[in-house]
Amino acid sequence: MKRRRILATVAMLAAGTGLVACSSDEGGSDASNCTNTITKQNVPVVTMWGWYPNTQLVVDNFNKQHDDVQVCWTNVGQGSDEYDKFQTAISAGTGAPDVIMVEADRIPTFQIQGALVDIKQYGFDAVKANYSEGAWKDVSVGDKVYGVPVDGGPVAMIYRKDIFDKYKITPPKTWAEYEQAAQKVKDAGGPLFGDFGANVPAVLMALQIQKGATPFTSDPAQPNAIGVKLNDQASKDVLDYWGGLAKKGLVGTQNQFTPEYISGVINGNYATYISAAWAPGYLTGAGVGKGQDTGKFAVAPLPQWDLANPVQVNWGGSAFSVTKQAKKPELAAKVAYGLYADKESLTDGWTNQIIFPLNLTALKDPAFVDLKVAFFGGQQANKEVYVPAADAYQGVQYAPFGQYYLDAMEKQVSEVIKGSVTGSQAADRLQEDVAKYAKEQGFTVQ
Amino acid sequence: MTLLTEKRAPRPQPETRKIRGKVHLREHLMGWLFVGPFGIVFLAFLIAPLAYALYLSLFQKKLIGGTSFVLFDNYVKAFTDPSFLSGVWFVIRFSLVSIPLQILIALALALILDAVTTAFARFSRLMIFLPYAIPTVIGAVMWGFLYSKGFGPLTDIFGLFGATAPDFLSSDLIFYGLLNVVTWQWAGYYMIILYAALQGVDPTLYEAARMDGAGRWQIATRIKIPLIAPALILILVFSLIGTLQFFNEPQILRYLAAGAIGSDFTPNMYAYQQAFSLANFNYGSAISFALGGVVFICVYAFLFFTRKRRSFL
Repeated sequence: MKRRRILATVAMLAAGTGLVACSSDEGGSDASNCTNTITKQNVPVVTMWGWYPNTQLVVDNFNKQHDDVQVCWTNVGQGSDEYDKFQTAISAGTGAPDVIMVEADRIPTFQIQGALVDIKQYGFDAVKANYSEGAWKDVSVGDKVYGVPVDGGPVAMIYRKDIFDKYKITPPKTWAEYEQAAQKVKDAGGPLFGDFGANVPAVLMALQIQKGATPFTSDPAQPNAIGVKLNDQASKDVLDYWGGLAKKGLVGTQNQFTPEYISGVINGNYATYISAAWAPGYLTGAGVGKGQDTGKFAVAPLPQWDLANPVQVNWGGSAFSVTKQAKKPELAAKVAYGLYADKESLTDGWTNQIIFPLNLTALKDPAFVDLKVAFFGGQQANKEVYVPAADAYQGVQYAPFGQYYLDAMEKQVSEVIKGSVTGSQAADRLQEDVAKYAKEQGFTVQ
Repeated sequence: MTLLTEKRAPRPQPETRKIRGKVHLREHLMGWLFVGPFGIVFLAFLIAPLAYALYLSLFQKKLIGGTSFVLFDNYVKAFTDPSFLSGVWFVIRFSLVSIPLQILIALALALILDAVTTAFARFSRLMIFLPYAIPTVIGAVMWGFLYSKGFGPLTDIFGLFGATAPDFLSSDLIFYGLLNVVTWQWAGYYMIILYAALQGVDPTLYEAARMDGAGRWQIATRIKIPLIAPALILILVFSLIGTLQFFNEPQILRYLAAGAIGSDFTPNMYAYQQAFSLANFNYGSAISFALGGVVFICVYAFLFFTRKRRSFL
């Protein structure tokens, strides 16, 4: 009897310690969790999350060039997947990496929660001249800098040369011409001219900004106040324009970045794709423009509302930020400044069209500017389209609740696609929705 | 507790009583020891997270101003939030259509397979059950491809007759698209439960019924179904709870269905979005609990009504 009791006690204790062992395992930043292999021993390690397709190479380059710090990289997912994990780590107060790749439009969202470190104090002056004013503006909040720019996304119109030739149209220069060309192709029994996807609110926002909308305004002196203006005439016009194109059957309404959409692009179901400079790399990776489709694509500048006053916009693009959870922020900042900033990594990035570099050493490199892009059939896309667009881009003020805004916009765009509301009505609803959320979150809405 | 009672036991007791008390204590201790491992896991992984979520749901966290205690404000907000209410309304409508459909299919298949005992029946049983063995995520992705306008087979099949295929991923038909996926996945599982219940019925009852002149149909409706009523109730409760917590299929198909499924499509998806993409764990927890309340009411109402009716089922 007694022995059995002892056994039972032992068994229970064992079960108990098993649980304790599970919970005390922190996971954290030991080198064994890195995707890359760190060869240099006894050197401080900085953890990093990122999802560039060539991150492995970028990290290896950095580690090779540095003897005082090594980077431990993990890919925790792309875009929202990573942000959700980072957000959870912020709420939990533990689990975030030291350095994180974020898109510029997310920086205010994390900054306002106190999750990012102002890196101006850690050697900013040494690299300041490597990026344009606009590039720094996109990663700053007020006069504080929360990220090191890596790539940008100047928006342009990618189009199918074969379709344009077949229906005898030239690249439209204005949005009015864009609609006329779409009508012409449709009347001749051709494919859809473009796509109005609900799941890409960020590019729609950029197109609204192109027409003169200023969705969010803030004053660094009053961090609790924010201007929300999502239903001004420009915003309404752009939503009405795309809603109208969809209603007339001139453009599709497929969600982008889905197999359905990509198969449509491969089949030549869409004559144009309004997208950013990183799109060719993404499309190539998804299997577009290969085999018999090689060189069928070309790129032209983004159509304008007013040719006399052209406006260039940006979609996506990312930066490296240092998180508040970094134990050695100075060391982390060194990594943020140095990653993807060496010539070798940048050259690999732009030759494979993974990034449109913001680092001026690459942006001003004649090899980059004059590159004959294979995806565009040898067209000098950087020189003709993307570099001028990037140069003219003036930066945008993003919202500190970007995720909510984009989700709400996606919802309203879905309604426009369904035909239950017009673009103008959607803009009004969006304004109401987002302004209400901003108030709930404690902002004074102006 | 037991230790205390033993100590307080009056001294001048006969020897036998004392021994019995010791045995009792020992048995108690042993009992707790055996329950212990389960108890710890139960407390740590079910009760503690629930309590923590309940605690979270009573607070509100703002980007400006930080966290404050708001008692039931989040619940008031949830039950006046059109996103939550439309989600609840959707899952209730979905339950009303999908559950009877699944149960009818499962019951019909179980009765057929119970009556037919050829090798083909055994093969069919396996095939009907198979979808349940496919992980929900894979199943949803697979159906997403089958529904696809661009490369799904529906387009080709309808194209043969010169017709346009219905787009089950559009906002008009997504209800039926999901209905099909859910039925495909779960009907086989319910069928197995009902089939097992049918196997447990004493076959002499059928013999007696046949002697009394009952046909196959009468045996099925008058004997088999009433006898497996408890199993039917069980799967109805399972499916009711599962459907009200609808999450996997719409969450996966979201990315394929152009705007037909929003982030607040079902209450669970809404809670997920609030907690993990908007970092509003407080409101997310409140939605989860509010949904728990809805599930409780629905299941309770269902059990209440069937309790009365079971006598003549």
